[in-house]
Formats: sequence, C-alpha cells, structure tokens
Amino acid sequence: MQPSLSLCMPHSPNSLALDSCSSLTSPNLRFCGLRREISGFSVPSQLKRGQFIRAKRLIFPRKAQASPAKVSASSDDNGSPPKSFDYDLTIIGAGVGGHGAALHAVEKGLKTAIIEGDTMGGTCVNRGCVPSKALLAVSGRMRELQDQHHLKALGLQVSAAGYDRQAVADHANNLASKIRSNLTNSLKALGVDILTGMGRILGPHKVKYGKVGFSDNVVTARDIIIATGSVPFVPKGIEVDGKTVITSDHALKLEFVPDWVAIVGSGYIGLEFSDVYTALGSEVTFVEALDQLMPGFDPEISKLAQRVLINPRKIDYHTGVFATKITPAKDGKPVIIELTDAKTKEPKDTLEVDAALIATGRAPFTNGLGLENINVETQRGFVPVDERMQVKDKDGNLVPHVYCIGDANGKMMLAHAASAQGISVVEQVTGTDHVLNHLSIPAACFTHPEISMVGLTEPQAREKAQKEGFEISVAKTSFKANTKALAENEGEGLAKLIFRPDNGEILGVHIFGMHAADLIHEASNAIALGTRVQDIKFAVHAHPTLSEVLDELFKSAKVNARGTRPIREPIAV
Amino acid sequence: MSHLLRTAFIPTKPPSLHHHHRSPVLPNVHTTRPTIRFAPRSKIREIFMPALSSTMTEGKIVSWVKSQGDKLSKGESVVVVESDKADMDVESFYDGYLAAIIVDEGSSAPVGSAIALLAESEEEIAVALEQAQKSAAPEAVAAAPAVTESVVSSESVGVEKQKKVAEQVVAPAIGTAVHPASEGGKRVVASPYAKKLAKELGVDLRGVVGSGPNGRVVAKDVEAAATLAATEVATASSDNAAAAAALPGVKLGSTVPFTTMQNAVSRNMVESLAVPTFRVGYTITTDALDALYKKIKSKGVTMTALLAKATALALVQHPVVNSSCRDGKSFTYNSSINIAVAVAMDGGLITPVLQDADKVDIYSLSRKWKELVDKARAKQLQPHEYSTGTFTLSNLGMFGVDRFDAILPPGTGAIMAVGASQPTVVATKDGRIGMKIQMLVNVTADHRVIYGADLASFLQTLAKIIEDPKDLTL
Repeated sequence: MQPSLSLCMPHSPNSLALDSCSSLTSPNLRFCGLRREISGFSVPSQLKRGQFIRAKRLIFPRKAQASPAKVSASSDDNGSPPKSFDYDLTIIGAGVGGHGAALHAVEKGLKTAIIEGDTMGGTCVNRGCVPSKALLAVSGRMRELQDQHHLKALGLQVSAAGYDRQAVADHANNLASKIRSNLTNSLKALGVDILTGMGRILGPHKVKYGKVGFSDNVVTARDIIIATGSVPFVPKGIEVDGKTVITSDHALKLEFVPDWVAIVGSGYIGLEFSDVYTALGSEVTFVEALDQLMPGFDPEISKLAQRVLINPRKIDYHTGVFATKITPAKDGKPVIIELTDAKTKEPKDTLEVDAALIATGRAPFTNGLGLENINVETQRGFVPVDERMQVKDKDGNLVPHVYCIGDANGKMMLAHAASAQGISVVEQVTGTDHVLNHLSIPAACFTHPEISMVGLTEPQAREKAQKEGFEISVAKTSFKANTKALAENEGEGLAKLIFRPDNGEILGVHIFGMHAADLIHEASNAIALGTRVQDIKFAVHAHPTLSEVLDELFKSAKVNARGTRPIREPIAV
Repeated sequence: MSHLLRTAFIPTKPPSLHHHHRSPVLPNVHTTRPTIRFAPRSKIREIFMPALSSTMTEGKIVSWVKSQGDKLSKGESVVVVESDKADMDVESFYDGYLAAIIVDEGSSAPVGSAIALLAESEEEIAVALEQAQKSAAPEAVAAAPAVTESVVSSESVGVEKQKKVAEQVVAPAIGTAVHPASEGGKRVVASPYAKKLAKELGVDLRGVVGSGPNGRVVAKDVEAAATLAATEVATASSDNAAAAAALPGVKLGSTVPFTTMQNAVSRNMVESLAVPTFRVGYTITTDALDALYKKIKSKGVTMTALLAKATALALVQHPVVNSSCRDGKSFTYNSSINIAVAVAMDGGLITPVLQDADKVDIYSLSRKWKELVDKARAKQLQPHEYSTGTFTLSNLGMFGVDRFDAILPPGTGAIMAVGASQPTVVATKDGRIGMKIQMLVNVTADHRVIYGADLASFLQTLAKIIEDPKDLTL
C-alpha cells in the first residue's frame, strides 16, 4: 500500500512544477471520456483547486484495490522494487494505440508519460489510415464524376473531370498534420508528458529515452506499455528506391501518378491503393502470392469485390506468384519484376511497369527496444503476449508490469485494435480484469464501394462449428433492395450474417457496399455486448437509411430460440 | 455508302451495367446456393438458366466465372446470374468441361433455357461445340450479338491519324511489339487495360505495335488495331450491306443468315431504290477548321461534333435541304435540325442522332456525341436516339478514303459523304502555287424535293462556315 500512496504526492525535486501540472491533469479527468481529440482545450481557472481534490479522491480507492491484488504482489516477488516511480504508466510509442491507452490512463487517474522517437501519431496518422482516407476521398469523387452512365442516370451533366496531383497530395498531407496536432494537443491538454526520443527498456520499471547525439534520460514507471507499431514489410529481393519501387509510406505522398503500377499484395492496403490509382488514371497489375485475390476476406465478399472493384477497372492480376526480384527504373529502363510460381518455385513471367507498390503487409517495429534486458525474445519480430497483452519472456512466463499492444504484438494489426488493447491494459493495471474480445473488432477497407467485416468468415465459422459441434446459418441481404442505396444509384452490395440458429449468437458479419465501413458497427457492437439476433431484430432503424440493410439482415435470419430480453421498462407515449 | 440503317431495330442485348436493378422488391436471398439443372443428352449436358426465386422468369448472365474449355468440378461456381433480386453464383452439379457458352455475358435468357453445354470428357468438347453451333447458333447470334464492335467515327479528319493508320497498314503483322524485354516478339508487353480491350475487341496483341513507354502496347494501340481490322474488312468487301461479322473468326465458305440488324439494313436499302436521288460534290478547305480543332480538342471537342455543328448551321439557312418527303405528294420542312452520324459496328452500323445540333453549343454537342457512342458500344441506344435524324453525315475520312457516295436513308432528304481532308497543292488566286488541306464532300439528295441549286447553295454556305469556323464555337 505504501508505494501507491506516495505516488499521489508530489515527490520529485521539481515538485512545484509538477503540482501545477497535476492540477491541470485532474479537471480533464471528467472530460476525456467525452472528447478524444481536443484541440486548444483550456481549463477554467477557478475550478482548479476543487477539481484537484476530487482527483485525489479518485485515485485513492483504486490504489487500495489494485496494489494487493496484483501489482504489489508481483513486484514484491522481484525482491526490491523501487519505492516510488516517476510515472504510473509509461507508453513507448505515440501512435493510435499509445494515444488510446494514454487517454484512458488519465481517465483512470494514472500519471502517464508517452515516449515518441519519430512523429506523434505513428503510422495511422502520418503514413497510414489517415492520409490514405484523404486520397480515397479524392478517388471516390473522381469515380463519381467520371462515371457518365451513373451521372446520367441521376440526371447530372459534368464535363471532363480532372485533378491537380500536387493539390491532392497536399490535401492528404494537411489532413495528417491536422490530425497529428489534434492528437498531440489532446495529450498535452490532459497532462500526459510527451518525452521525445527512442524508448528503450533498461530493466524492470526502467525506460531510457533520448535523441541520437543527445544525452539519454531515464524514467521509472510502475507499468510499461510497448506500442511501437510496425513498418511496411518488404520481402527479400525487392529493392525499394522510394521513387519507382515504393511502399505505402511513399505512395501516400503521391509524388507521381504512374501510367502503370504493379501492386504486390492484394490485401487492404493494395486494394485501397488500386482504388486511388485507377481513379487517377493509372492502370494496375496485382501480384498476389496466394491463389486468390483479397485472400483475407470472406470468399463470397472477395468474389463480389473482384467483380466490382477489379474486373471492370483497368486492372489485371497474377495470382499464385511471388515477386522474387524487383529492380527500380533506371537508365531509361522500366521497373522490372520477376515473378516466380509460388508452388513450383519456377520463374514464371517478367513484368515491366512504371512503378511498383509493395503492399505485402507490415513488419513489427521492435528493434532496439531493449527486450533482452527483461529476458524477452521476439517471434518473427513480434513481442509475445498473453490474452491480456502482458508480455511473455523466453521461457513463456509473464513479465510483470510490461505489456505490448498494437501491431508490435501482431494479434490484430489495426489502429483501433491497438487502441482497444491499450484501454484493456489500462483496465488491467488499474485493478479490473479485462480481456478484449478480438472477434468484436471490426475491420474496413475503404474502396468504392467499401468492404467491412467483424468476427469470423464463413469458412472459419464452419470450421469452428464442426469442431465444437453446432449448426451455423447464413443470411444475406442485397443493397439492391435498399431504398437509400437505390436513391443514390448504388445498388451494388451485399450484407452477410453468419450466426447460430440454435441460440442466435452472431458469429460474423460481412458487408460490401456503399458506406459499409460505417454500417458494420451495429454488428460489432452486438457481438461485443453479446446481443443475439432474436433481440436485435426488434431494434428500429430510421427509414430510409442504409442501416436498413442490416435491419433486413437480422430480420431475415431464422433463429429457433425466442427473444431473451423483454423490453425493459417500456415507456408509453 | 450503302449500309445505312433506318429502322426501329432494338438491341436485343439488355443493358449490361450493374446499376440497373429494376425490381428490388424482396431483399432476402436464399441462404443455400442454387445449382444448375442439367438435361442429359448423350454425355453432353445442357446447362439451364436456373430459377433463383419464385418470381424469376428470366435471368441475366452477369459473368461467366469459367471460360469455354475449363474443367469444372461439382460445387464450383460456373456463372453469375442476375435475377430480379440479386446477383448469385450458380454452381455446377456435375464434374466435366464447360464445352460451349450459348448465352454470353450481359445477355438474358428465360428460366429453363440452355445457357451452356457441359461435356463429360475433354474429347467431347468438340462434339458439344458442333452441337451448340447446329442447334443454338442462329438463335444465339440473334440473341447475343458479339460484344466486339469497333466504333468508326470521324474523331480526326486531320492528317496525323491517317499517317498513323497508313504506317500500321505497312507494318508487318507479327512480332512488331518493339520492347527491350519482348524477346524479339516472343513476349508481349501490354498494359492491363490494353489486354482487357484486346480481349473485348478480339485483337491479337502479338500483331500490335506498341506506342507506350519502352514500346509497351497501350489501350490506344489496341483501338487503332481494331480500327485497322475494320478497315481491312471494309476494303475487302465492296458490298457493305453484306459485310457482316467479318472480324477475325470468319469461317470461309460458310453461309450465314442475316442478323436482325442486317435484315433491317437490307430492307431499307431495297426501299431506298424507290427514291430518285442525285449527287453534288464540293471541295472544302479545312486549314481553319483543323486549327480550331487543335485549339479546342483539349476541351473534349471532337471533329464529328464540329462537322455536325457546321452542317446544322448551314441547314438553318437552307431549310429545304433539311426537309423530307414520305408519301410522294407532299413534303415536310422539319422543325428541328437533327444530325444523324453513321457509326460502323460489328455486323452493321447505327446512326446516333445529335438533336438540335444548330442550337446546342459545341461543347455540349461533343459530350452528347461521346455519350451516344458509348451507348452505341453498349447497345443501349434508345429508338429516339438513332431514328430521329433529319440529315445524315457519313465520314470515311479516317480510312484515307478521299471520296465516296452514300445511299439516302428512306424518310430523309439528304445525306452527306465526307472524305479525308488532306494536303493538296492548289493554285491560289494570285497565281501562285500553295498547299492547302482540303476535303471532298458529296451530298446525295431526294430530287423530288431538293434540286441541284438547293444543294449547290447549301454546300457553298457550308464551305463558308468551315473555312471561317469562328461561328462554330458560339
């Protein structure tokens, strides 16, 4: 109990400065749950004192609970833990995962620091989801303006649509900096200390950080979260020059729009870029190692997606081949890609293109983290963790107080999954046991139209059903039957529900169609909250909206069980 | 120009774009996948259009998942069918080979009719093919005209294009793709869209000259090659009405029944013999028009639109040339000037109409033309879009044809045949020798209502407009 008590008190030499800092921290406790990215946040000064007291009260009972149960018990075993720490929680990496964890940590009253060696915001904000959405917003509009048939059907006339490459690139860049500053400001406003430099674990509770060429600083923390993320994965034999052979990092800068670009890998990243490039006038060739394009998606969805997103566009593809050697363009020669059969390993073909985008996935960024100092070995670069994101050492034992979230642990390489894992860890270290249900985490691909999914694919569900001995059913609805979709003239689309007919449990939902990425949350929330089909089908949807696609989907599912939850406290009108 | 079409020919191929979903009544889709029904006929089975819902009477083939000759195993998807409710994958119920596709992608077939043949073994594919040709060919041709038409219109009367076509005619057919990695023509380097187009237009990429970076074959090379193929066909057959689906794949010595379109053309051509026609020609200098075209080309203006506009403006001053005589007793001064432009298509031609060409500005007219050509390609022209012309333009200039004459489409007063515009040595008024770009036009008219002087003064007006084309952009 002692160490935790002292945590709340100003104790370091610069305690005066800290005092004002922590008084800044506390009032925000009440707001951070509402606002995630606050820019230019200010605190009414007359509130400070009262709020400060309330904050202490908040911290008190938590510590009392937490220490005996988990934290201090394990640290006592370690022999001589430090009596007090600089921080309750130190997060290495200020990407979306680290940011989510930091916000929740502040809400929970933890004194938090975040260490960032590169730019705030990490991959998602600077080189991933965020700038790519800006490009996709452009490609979506270009598609609409170029689709004469579609416009005509709506009664619109538009003369030749064109674009300014630099302005498009600027839009993506400006969006990234805006989101980056929002994210940075939100952390600052909440009183999270931002420490600049590459973080390195020195031992239990001890983290070093500093810029190259500057002296290092060491901070101590009760708990450490590793959230260092990932970098684009480039297979052997591929020479990335950043100009004609590029990764998503370069492509998002949109420095040029090649006439013909080969995209190696047909997952989310490759697919989104094919959408951008073809809308801007490029022709695309996919190179996919597996036998089918879009291997990660439900087969039925990927088949439909191929019919809509690949076949009618200026795209061709080679499947079942590895790009074993890629040489950038030089001396007037184009980019040369050597394809090798994935099964026979025989050379199969050679492509000559203007540019190659390597979208073969992402590799964890975990080098130089000092994991050896806590006896941890990465597996293919990933930090091994248990289901509570607690790091496992070489021998498979849990390392106390060290957690790893996001791409670095490789469980589910999505920004929002990292954030959810971070929140789960904070719950864990503040005394509430929490295991994140990864099957409730939605994923989306922002092509036009979009693809989204949550839970199991049909083959995965069938396998599980066979193993565990239950039946599954599949229900489908078409966007063609949705009024709003037809009003938009976007009837192409499908929603698919995989569920247990015996008890109505939702196993997976897959959507291909307009605004699919926004529609999936009804399903992911249902899975997260354990809502059953027979209950959710009574929920009312506004008409006419695209959300009725899911409404129809749930209503069309035949469940043998009866509704479990009568409407609580019915309100008469 | 004898292959003109004036008919209520209605494309038998329904719109093939996915946006058209007509009866979205019931949203639910069966959760079990439909399988194809087969009728055993020796060891060759017919694949029927399945009934995907109780209300379905006919289905449209969205796409064939398998191609002719592919091996099928039980449970594999063969074809995607659009019913009145949704697109569905249809699976095979037997192992075998997809021997022949009877109903092509984009076409519809009633529930229960044969859409393909399935052979049990590889050897039987040939037998099945023969059977398909024997039993279903005439029907299939009528029901599903091949997707491979090349639209021939005058996008460029300029010299450049002709030069290019000429070069291609001279170029040898095999191994001409100049490319560092083409290994002397063994390997073809073509962009994804070029490959797609080649497949659609039935062009063999091995014979196409690449004009892209490093000699790569790009889309416009394929389009040029397809035009070239059409030219060869045109020159090979002087009787255009009979120049049917003569693109690659013609079986020599075979007799082919007329398609619906060919029947319609044939009827109209015979009917045209009842009209007494005569012809008047004129040489027009096009330097100014070409210069204007170059200037506004980037704004999407096409040469076809410019010519149509010029003609329409001349017609405003000569309403009699825009008139028509139907009963032989009276004639009508048409209230609007609708310029029909002949577009060659595989197996015939069609005449999309630029309505009110005198009133619509040149930019809208160009857009409209592009839209009409796209529709014609997709066989989606509505009757009013090809049958309301009051004056017809036919242009063979892009093939290097310098002069020809056209047959008057029944129900209209006149048609103008436009030849290539080419550099010509001329004596100028001041006694010097100069170079001018000139084209020959030749108008065929119904002499019952339009007389020689009418045409002569119309042509004089037209020449004035084309030689000083500033009014075209007003």
